[in-house]
Amino acid sequence: MNPCDDPLELYRRMLLIRLFEERALESFSRGLVYGTTHTAIGQEADAVGVLSCTRPGDVIVSNHRGHGHFLAYGGPAEALAAEMMGRATGVCGGRGGSQHLHWKDFYASGILGGTIPLAAGMALAERERGAGGVVVAFLGDGTLGEGVVYESLNLASLWELPLVLVVENNRYAQTTPIARHLAGSLTGRFAAFGIPVEEAETTDVLEVRRLTQPRLDAARVGEGPQALVLHTYRFSAHSKGDDTRDPAEIERYRKADPLPLHAARLTAAEVERLQREVKQDLERAFAAALAAAPASPSSLTPALGSPR
Amino acid sequence: MTTVLESLNRALHACLAESPQVRLLGEDVLDPYGGAFKVTRGLSTAFPDRVLTTPVSEAGIVGLGVGMALRGLRPVVEIMFGDFVLLAADQLVNHAAKLRWMTGDQARVPLVVRTPMGGGRGYGPTHSQSLEKHLLGTPGLRTLAASAVGDPGALLKTAVLSDDDPVLFIEHKLLYGKDLMAGGDEVEKLTVGDRYPAYRLRVTGAPAPSLTLVSYGYPAEQALQALRALAFEHEVFAELFVYTQLAPFDLGPLMESVALTHRLLTIEEGTRSLGWGAEVVAGALEAHGAGLRAGRVAAQDLPIPAAQALEAAVLPGPASITAAALALAR
Repeated sequence: MNPCDDPLELYRRMLLIRLFEERALESFSRGLVYGTTHTAIGQEADAVGVLSCTRPGDVIVSNHRGHGHFLAYGGPAEALAAEMMGRATGVCGGRGGSQHLHWKDFYASGILGGTIPLAAGMALAERERGAGGVVVAFLGDGTLGEGVVYESLNLASLWELPLVLVVENNRYAQTTPIARHLAGSLTGRFAAFGIPVEEAETTDVLEVRRLTQPRLDAARVGEGPQALVLHTYRFSAHSKGDDTRDPAEIERYRKADPLPLHAARLTAAEVERLQREVKQDLERAFAAALAAAPASPSSLTPALGSPR
Repeated sequence: MTTVLESLNRALHACLAESPQVRLLGEDVLDPYGGAFKVTRGLSTAFPDRVLTTPVSEAGIVGLGVGMALRGLRPVVEIMFGDFVLLAADQLVNHAAKLRWMTGDQARVPLVVRTPMGGGRGYGPTHSQSLEKHLLGTPGLRTLAASAVGDPGALLKTAVLSDDDPVLFIEHKLLYGKDLMAGGDEVEKLTVGDRYPAYRLRVTGAPAPSLTLVSYGYPAEQALQALRALAFEHEVFAELFVYTQLAPFDLGPLMESVALTHRLLTIEEGTRSLGWGAEVVAGALEAHGAGLRAGRVAAQDLPIPAAQALEAAVLPGPASITAAALALAR
């Protein structure tokens, strides 16, 4: 996706994520989608703010909660819906599902932390390619419990790799609050490896952009890895029906909903038009995904071709 | 004469020279040390920008290799001891092996992870194992084993330069000092397959075999000694298959022989239970049907002890292979 600072377009992208996720959850409850999903309702400003600062050719590494990243990157909603519905037209032909997406320079995996050394390796490859590409990797607060993250921070800093790590601290590792899973300082983890880090308590897409741009620029001109910690919140459950949080807490954070926050900068007519357009786009996308042929067992080619 | 070590080292030199995409990463791989087993000696002097010494971070460097491979490089990652490969198991099983297939064949991971396995040097329970059995049977991951019977350098070079899928490349520590098998008049060798071949060995001029042996890596050297002992001391004639590709495993070449002998003995250094030999025997039984007699020679189901006499008792050797073969042949 091309860099973007148009407030209307930023709103459109956040709305696309919000309405996609709501529709995805609704499709689950209607039995149209098989498996699991992790939605990013409430975290839209992270995905859109960060990825609206990237350039074509930058590489995005996402995680289990990746639909928002995928859509903010410009990934097609229809192919994402089709992937979740097990359709042949899915972005990975139904093999990957909700957590394992690949499209252009976007990669997502359901293994927490294991993607971070990959992102570092990609950053090394991008540097050697010499075209100025940067790798942006998203991780959550829960992933900071994985040891391989710290091996990767060490390697990335040691070798000054063009990597931007974005921590979306939604304050929960599945159902476990951060106070019960994280010791010490969150930003101190990056500082210990000599990685410049900035943090913000924000759900404002413009503020996220303001914080992201210098990190990306620094990584791009060879200043090594950079980190951004965004303290955010998800309004939806970890996956589908597994929310153990206090509803009063969720309501409190809903006051900082990134969509109305940014919509206040637009006219009512603009907001109404975008809502109508995005809703129509998604209706078309989900209908087309639903109508597409299911992935066929005949598409199960060998993992490595035939032996020998 | 060329040793296995020299063959592998020359192959890595050739890979770096022939492809600008090749990178080599590992712990302590720089000269003058040149790697714990010296397989990377001279490489950092010849290619200083493309040979990277790394922190002690097996998961990190294998993951780094996966990421580099995804984005157009051809990385070779050395894991200093095979025992440490399980630290990178997530990277191999959940990332390297999955990415091509789960993305609908869109992403490719041309990564080679090389590592020495095996005992016989008194390194004890955590530096002597043959752990490949835990990674065999991972769809999407190819496992190759160097052997002195074939050309280990050519095998490695093929994996690094022309395989677009991830490869786990096993080198048994006791093979490094071995000379590559020379053409001789005592044993004749047929090569089956071309990319990652298997080798079919018989005592020259022997009558039709009554027994099929199958092995890989260093145990194949011991099996070769047993092959000679069986012929010259016991007048039992066998043929030995030495595989270089362990996974995916192709029973085809072996079954031609088993169809004639109806007797199959597998020889490996991994532990006996639920291992490579068990899979080969099960596959052969399914393909051959009733009338197959089979046995397995492997390490005892124990950690590998450090004391020399204890280690020798746990690991297979030519005598235990010969004894198992004789029991099967009768």
